[in-house]
Amino acid sequence: MLSEYLERRYRPERRPSPEANLVRDNTAIVGIGQTEFSRNSGRDELDMACEAIKNAVADAGLAIEDIDGLEAFTLERTSMPAIVSALGIPNLRFTSEISFGGGASGANVLHAAAAVATGVANHVVCYRSLNEASGHRYGRGDGYVGYLSEAPTLHYGYYFPFGFLTPLAWAGMYAKRWMHEYGIDPDQLGWYSVVLRENALRNPKAVFNDRPMTHADYLESPMIVEPLRLFDCCVDTDGAVALVITSAERAKDLKQTPAYILAAAQSCPPEQEIQTSYNRPVMSGLPETWYMGQELFRVAGVGPADIDVAQLYDPFSFGALLQLEELGFCERGESAAFCEGGDRIRPDGQLPLNTSGGLLSEAYIHGYNLIAEGVRQIRGTSTSQVEGAELVLATGGPGVPTSGLILRR
Amino acid sequence: MTTEQATETAQRPHPALWGVLYRSSTPFWEAVRRHELSLQRCAECGRWLFPPRPMCPDCRCAESEWVPVSGRGTVHSWVTYDESPHPAFAAPYSVLLVELEEGARLVSNPVDIAPDELEIGMPVRVVFRDEGDDFTVFLFERATPDAQEEPASAQ
Repeated sequence: MLSEYLERRYRPERRPSPEANLVRDNTAIVGIGQTEFSRNSGRDELDMACEAIKNAVADAGLAIEDIDGLEAFTLERTSMPAIVSALGIPNLRFTSEISFGGGASGANVLHAAAAVATGVANHVVCYRSLNEASGHRYGRGDGYVGYLSEAPTLHYGYYFPFGFLTPLAWAGMYAKRWMHEYGIDPDQLGWYSVVLRENALRNPKAVFNDRPMTHADYLESPMIVEPLRLFDCCVDTDGAVALVITSAERAKDLKQTPAYILAAAQSCPPEQEIQTSYNRPVMSGLPETWYMGQELFRVAGVGPADIDVAQLYDPFSFGALLQLEELGFCERGESAAFCEGGDRIRPDGQLPLNTSGGLLSEAYIHGYNLIAEGVRQIRGTSTSQVEGAELVLATGGPGVPTSGLILRR
Repeated sequence: MTTEQATETAQRPHPALWGVLYRSSTPFWEAVRRHELSLQRCAECGRWLFPPRPMCPDCRCAESEWVPVSGRGTVHSWVTYDESPHPAFAAPYSVLLVELEEGARLVSNPVDIAPDELEIGMPVRVVFRDEGDDFTVFLFERATPDAQEEPASAQ
């Protein structure tokens, strides 16, 4: 019966053994590149994608001629052939695109690594470029209504007639239920946002680098969709990030300390909708993140306590809190208490989180900037460096078919 | 419906206009048009199928039936927009997630319930409102515990 899967049955015996996983330890992220993160780039997304890719390839110590694979979101609005033409990539032999918005960030790396591990390509570039602030804003309702007429997102037809139009409200529906079931005090919320802002103040490239925020500021910020506030939301950003993936063998001879891919996984459990999976038995959780985490930890052969620093996909602070619970970093209903006061999640804490400022305070490049920051932690070059960081976990968007990575030094 | 149309007429986004993508949901909206709430159920094992789908995920039977439901339920969760994202909706307005007696959870709006009166677990029942010539929405109003009991026996 399918229904038993709704009760969360992760069955390792039905999955390939970790030893059979060719991505594991055989692949690495060897280059990262980005553009400026801003609120109004004044450039088009193609222009930014090319700059980020060029920077990532140079960072790796490679040439454009070495690149033979490209990986992107289906949401990406730059044209892949136009990128090939602008950068003059002569040897492309592998491309793929992955859907589900931010859920695809880790999946792009997984597919790139799979192509490398199976000998289909040597050096694959993953990229995401978007004018989220000055152009198309995913957080706004009108955009989704237009998008719907051409997207196979059936269930929205049950929601849009009621003005239930925006990601913040979709998340708020979970948040309200979660707060009810676990008796969360609204004043406990906000510490996650505060700590990420502190991290952004140390990161000169963060959009909110010059905007301090206290917990009192958080509590005074306006409700946008009750129970979620303005300072629960990510920062709409213009910018691009690119990542270069190659084999562990080739990585040894390149310019940077490789961030080896210890595990990469995707998940899409039953009754999954795009941010609105309200017909699951329990609504105060994210089964997609739970399944993905089970797979990551099993393949990697490590547990939550082994992770030195996590970069959680945080379109809203609440989404990161639920991931802490689903990934086993704290008990169910305990994530707000876990973050209270901020000490556990600061760079010198038990589980440092989103050390570049995350999607909330660095930039909202659909999770790509989180993976880049994970690589910097492995290299030891973060502006909020975690002492001795060896294992980094990075997640893709929660509430959608999702993905994630564990990187190791 | 394009964004421009929505802005000009300030109508609720209208699923019937989204065409073939919503074919599996046509019986649902046709029933609402008749002021009935009806859900898809597997003809083989009786599992409720919401949202509608081509086959039952439990027994993989492709035969299903549309069954009228009571229209009674409780507020399972809710949010209140303090800023409106769409001209058809004036803030503040609330969006409910109603858990029907039959178990399916439907998104809707409250009628005559202020945001600060909403509570998880509040009993509600369906009402219908015609919007223009070709569209009807289902909404939920407060139900008294008595009104809950009476139709519940008809289940």
